[in-house]
Amino acid sequence: MTGAEGRWLRFFVLLLVTGGLVLPILTGLWETGRAAFGILPAIGAETWSLAPWQRLFTLPGIGSSLKLSLWTGLASTLLALLLATGFCAAIHGWSGQRHVSRILGPLLAAPHAALAIGIAFLIAPSGWIARMISPWATGWNLPPNIATVNDQMGLALVLGLLVKEVPFLLLVMLGALGQIPVNAQLAAGRALGYGRGVVWIKVILPQVYPLIRLPVFVVLSFALSVVDMAIILGPSNPPVLSVAVTRWYFAADTSLILPASAAALAQAFVVAFGILLWICAEQVAARAGRWWIRRGGRGYSAGPGLILASGATLILMGLGASALIDLAIWSVTWRWSFPSALPEGWSSGIWARPGSGWGSAFIQTTVIGLTTTAIAVLLAIAWLEGEDRAGMQRARWAEVLIYLPLLVPQIAFLYGLNVVFLRAGLTGGLGAVIWAQALFVFPYVMIALSDPWRALDRRLVCASAALGAGPMRRLVAVKLPILLRPLLTAAAIGFAVSVAQYLPTLFMGAGRVATLTTEAVTLSSGSDRRVTGVYAVLQAVLPLGTYVAALFLPAFVHRNRRGLSGGAA
Amino acid sequence: MNTLALSDVEIRRHGASGPLFAPLSLIVPAGTITTVMGPSGIGKSTLIDFIGGHLGSGFVATGKIMLNGLDVTHVRAENRRIGILFQDELLFPHLSVGDNLAFGLAARHHGRAARRRAVDAALEQAGLAGFHDRDPATLSGGQRARVALMRALLAEPRALLLDEPFAKLDAELRTEIRSFVFSHIRARGVPVLLVSHDASDADAAAGPVVAM
Repeated sequence: MTGAEGRWLRFFVLLLVTGGLVLPILTGLWETGRAAFGILPAIGAETWSLAPWQRLFTLPGIGSSLKLSLWTGLASTLLALLLATGFCAAIHGWSGQRHVSRILGPLLAAPHAALAIGIAFLIAPSGWIARMISPWATGWNLPPNIATVNDQMGLALVLGLLVKEVPFLLLVMLGALGQIPVNAQLAAGRALGYGRGVVWIKVILPQVYPLIRLPVFVVLSFALSVVDMAIILGPSNPPVLSVAVTRWYFAADTSLILPASAAALAQAFVVAFGILLWICAEQVAARAGRWWIRRGGRGYSAGPGLILASGATLILMGLGASALIDLAIWSVTWRWSFPSALPEGWSSGIWARPGSGWGSAFIQTTVIGLTTTAIAVLLAIAWLEGEDRAGMQRARWAEVLIYLPLLVPQIAFLYGLNVVFLRAGLTGGLGAVIWAQALFVFPYVMIALSDPWRALDRRLVCASAALGAGPMRRLVAVKLPILLRPLLTAAAIGFAVSVAQYLPTLFMGAGRVATLTTEAVTLSSGSDRRVTGVYAVLQAVLPLGTYVAALFLPAFVHRNRRGLSGGAA
Repeated sequence: MNTLALSDVEIRRHGASGPLFAPLSLIVPAGTITTVMGPSGIGKSTLIDFIGGHLGSGFVATGKIMLNGLDVTHVRAENRRIGILFQDELLFPHLSVGDNLAFGLAARHHGRAARRRAVDAALEQAGLAGFHDRDPATLSGGQRARVALMRALLAEPRALLLDEPFAKLDAELRTEIRSFVFSHIRARGVPVLLVSHDASDADAAAGPVVAM
């Protein structure tokens, strides 16, 4: 197992990753940047100028959009981190802890757009919550005139982001906790007289945080630049910056493309600024934390905070689950007038007519999802196997390379990438969409697969080599079957990420590729909740089904193999 | 003629100044079990890894490994034909007991029926007839040890390395498994190198003893 063996493999993988992943992002950013400074030959703009920026700052609402983006992004990320931390601290030692990640599955699998639509159905003035407490508690016989969705403050958007991000951070945090001797350290701290919750925050959190820092940045970057969820839940006039950029790009007035590119570049700066701000806050928090730890307070009083945090987390999960149920109910509703708590009439009419549009969107989504996932999983296996054969640890730059597509806001390079694809004649087809989605699916597959892959007992591989098995046989006959469960879990995550993609499909599909997500987002502004419900349910069920398959397939294949039936997923 | 020879083998951790142990040269003739003794942590397992071709990238080794007169120092692990019994049995958890043996069985046995016969014969020798379809995770410690030995032998190794394979067994089982392993490998007439920190292993091996 010497270095030379894997050299070609590593070279090939590096070529694919730089050519297929990094280069598109960089050229996309470059083209966006050129357009932002007046160069876009396709519409006859060929001179460098600051005019796009001047135009941008005269566009109505630009200042509010910027502020809204920063506020919703930073607030939701900070709150999500606080809630996830409090919940982790509160549930530690509880016997059900290891099941938490399974319970989180549906919320993690459901795409942002589906959850956002469900939450809108839930909290709208005419939503399920209002229906359930009306008229007996509120006296409402008509939906009240309160802006609970698309509110000017962006509170509904923050709520939606929390429902999605708290479970994600919880999962990441629970994974990181596995790498720390939590119990021993908790015992040591408690023996010194510190309360349960306080010792978690003073001792465990400072060790966990560095391990989850990159995922936190991913959440922050996402929250600062989200589009689909912001269209559905966020303020509409003015919207957050990313939505404004998308609108300008797709506006009938093509002269808006140049200022839109300037705004897309500004969006990248917003994310960079947000991350910088976060890093400064980390420094302050670390200093304050040290001061707090040195004071030596045993802090029994931290208890209520943890209870509050875990209560809020449970409410969020309940909201998410109710949102999904609400979607399902709407999809089979015939008549549901306010303020009835449940529909008065049921119908499976829309479900019976796939030809009305959801059938083809379902097939498109599945085909794109399966292809993208297959590409991403194969590339991830090739990458990890290359690392194995070289016998090397992953370099820091490689780790950043993997995270790059998740840290750079999509809107900042997708238009530019589209320009490149147009020039190459690649745009508007399924292939372009698959390529663009793979940029975001690959990192998640890589992140999901890396830890279980490294956790595989190396000596099993040595044992098979000692029996005469060459590199290929070791991979196919030993590693992959043993890693079947994490492989399928990673594939399910990749598939869910693909189903959830909105902007890549929108930009690269040039309006010709309609997936469940693009259709659901378009329909969400319409009035027929029943049709929207069908799309959103399908959108949520498709990834969920894959998760369930990823859970049961290995259990079935390895049903007579006790050594593999437990194990980390 | 059949010998495993080490000359001036030295292994150091990457970046460390000194080697793990003093330069080691020894000749292991066929049919004998040579024991290398040394305290825990001196690098016995690392030595085994080096001879077998499994040395991790964190180590740098010098010296030569000769097998039957050929220099195999830079031959790939899977082409050295040096079998290893590790401290753990390392049966593949996804394969049945029989398929674990079939994984080891040399490729020169052709045909499904012939391969199955060879596997069944090995199971019989190990006192495990009828265990072909069993899940390795359901075997007892002694049964797993015997399967691991049979798997190593079916690969028809030209030399065998034993990395304290009895260290984790309790006293009674230890004696039984040790005599089972030793009698089977003596019958093969290949050079065998055993590393151990336990003098009773060296006594039972009844061969030359080298101190590290």
